[in-house]
Amino acid sequence: MAEVLVYVDHVDGAVRKPTLELLTLARRIGDPVAVALGSGAEATAAALAEHGAVKVLTADAPEFGDYLVVPKVDALQAAYDAVSPAAVLVPSSAEGKEIAARLAVRIGSGIITDATDLEAGDEGPVATQAAFAASFTTKSRVSKGVPVITVKPNSAPVEAAPAAGTVEALTVSFGEKSTGTKIVSRTPRESTGRPELTEAAIVVSGGRGVNGAENFHIIEALADSLGAAVGASRAAVDAGWYPHSNQVGQTGKSVSPQLYIANGISGAIQHRAGMQTSKTIVAVNKDAEAPIFDLVDYGVVGDLFQVVPQLTEEVTSRKG
Amino acid sequence: MSLRIVVCVKYVPDATGDRHFADDLTLDRDDVDGLLSELDEYAVEQALQIAGEADDAEITVLTVGPEDAKDALRKALSMGADKAVHVEDDDLHGTDVMGTSLVLAKAIEKTGYDLVVCGMASTDGTMGVLPALLAERLGVPQVTLLSEVSVDGTTVKGRRDGDTASEQLEASLPAVVSVTDQSGEARYPSFKGIMAAKKKPVEALDLGDLDLDADLVGLEGAWTKVESATERPARTAGTIVKDEGEGGKQLAEFLVSQKFI
Repeated sequence: MAEVLVYVDHVDGAVRKPTLELLTLARRIGDPVAVALGSGAEATAAALAEHGAVKVLTADAPEFGDYLVVPKVDALQAAYDAVSPAAVLVPSSAEGKEIAARLAVRIGSGIITDATDLEAGDEGPVATQAAFAASFTTKSRVSKGVPVITVKPNSAPVEAAPAAGTVEALTVSFGEKSTGTKIVSRTPRESTGRPELTEAAIVVSGGRGVNGAENFHIIEALADSLGAAVGASRAAVDAGWYPHSNQVGQTGKSVSPQLYIANGISGAIQHRAGMQTSKTIVAVNKDAEAPIFDLVDYGVVGDLFQVVPQLTEEVTSRKG
Repeated sequence: MSLRIVVCVKYVPDATGDRHFADDLTLDRDDVDGLLSELDEYAVEQALQIAGEADDAEITVLTVGPEDAKDALRKALSMGADKAVHVEDDDLHGTDVMGTSLVLAKAIEKTGYDLVVCGMASTDGTMGVLPALLAERLGVPQVTLLSEVSVDGTTVKGRRDGDTASEQLEASLPAVVSVTDQSGEARYPSFKGIMAAKKKPVEALDLGDLDLDADLVGLEGAWTKVESATERPARTAGTIVKDEGEGGKQLAEFLVSQKFI
């Protein structure tokens, strides 16, 4: 069976969930060969083998942490040359997309980004994507070169599928361009203890109706009762009520959770662009005419300051 | 020595309009108004600020697109850019991101540059890969997804806010930069700016001017193929209740019925 390269997103050896989802999709089109780079690369092998990686190629060097993106492209290209895969799959993070794009230029291939599903086709893998604020679903394939495809989080189930997971060291020679952009300093984002927004199974968001940073604890409390991530609309972010890293929408993050709960969000097209592919959508809004109600599976027309705490209490007591 | 800045901009369909696909599965431009991609306004703004700090700088706005794409160039010129380059050719219809990055790279090299500034993504395709593609093709550093950017002599610096960390980046010019919507509000064109824009030069280039083969662009030359595009069925009307004191409890019942609790 053809081999499929899977780029591994990990933090010091802890494999992030979108990569495990990628392995599920990779198995539909071939034998997954994982590429793990940087500090802790070898520690990823057990989790990757458990989820279907037949081989894990690892490399560590200071270049991966000291310079932006290009050293990782050099390494992925080295893996590509070593394996001659049928496709290259990369998680759709901001960095993942940049790595994939540069690799595609180097190997003369087309690129598809933000796939939400992947299946084998007669002429290569066929990717499903959402277009125009998710009002359309497209199916596309790469028609030149070896397909390079980035896949959005929550696009496939994580499935155990034990495989050999043989670890091999990857030899990487860095090009002279690899040190072009220096990472002078790095400040880790403080962890809130909540799931990462784009990966979360449930997202609880607040918008203009939350009416102030001091009220966002109501949204956070509901999120915590459900084990959810917290999102915010652009209006809430622009007003300074919540960090930009939590913004859901066209100019923020695109999320596709099992459950999305929009609180005090009217549902302008720019917001819908970032959440419309959520499986189940729920909204709480005072305004019965708010466009968000056109999207919902369940909506409550009411004051979020009454409804949300009551919901949180219900969730907490039912779980307790 | 003048700092030569090229800002890449895109003319996109208005997201609030009714966007759909034409029969050849490219964007149907006839039924929806176009405009300068909102995220590119931030790129123009940062270019203007960088130029303002430099001893001497010139800003060229560049786009690849149909005749109407001139509107996007005019908007950028009215914000304060100095001149514009418009790559227009019938053979470009249906070009994908690989082809577009090739055309832009050729046009940037022809124009001459020290710094290329892009928005973080277009508001239509939303891929977010073009700045990295340009850097790869031009063989210069990429300093991308910046929420803060500055140029000091021949060094560009910026802050990149990622999922897990915030990074300070630094590279030597020439370089490709992309900026996020957190980089600073884009200015509105003044009346004076709008009037001045009408007199600013817009250079027209076609594929021949860029020594580009037509079979590397257009629908036929694309590296990707859209096989189908289907409109998502409208969501079936959900249940909507009015809160009469039990709204939170009713919502909890729904979440239980869907097995979320």
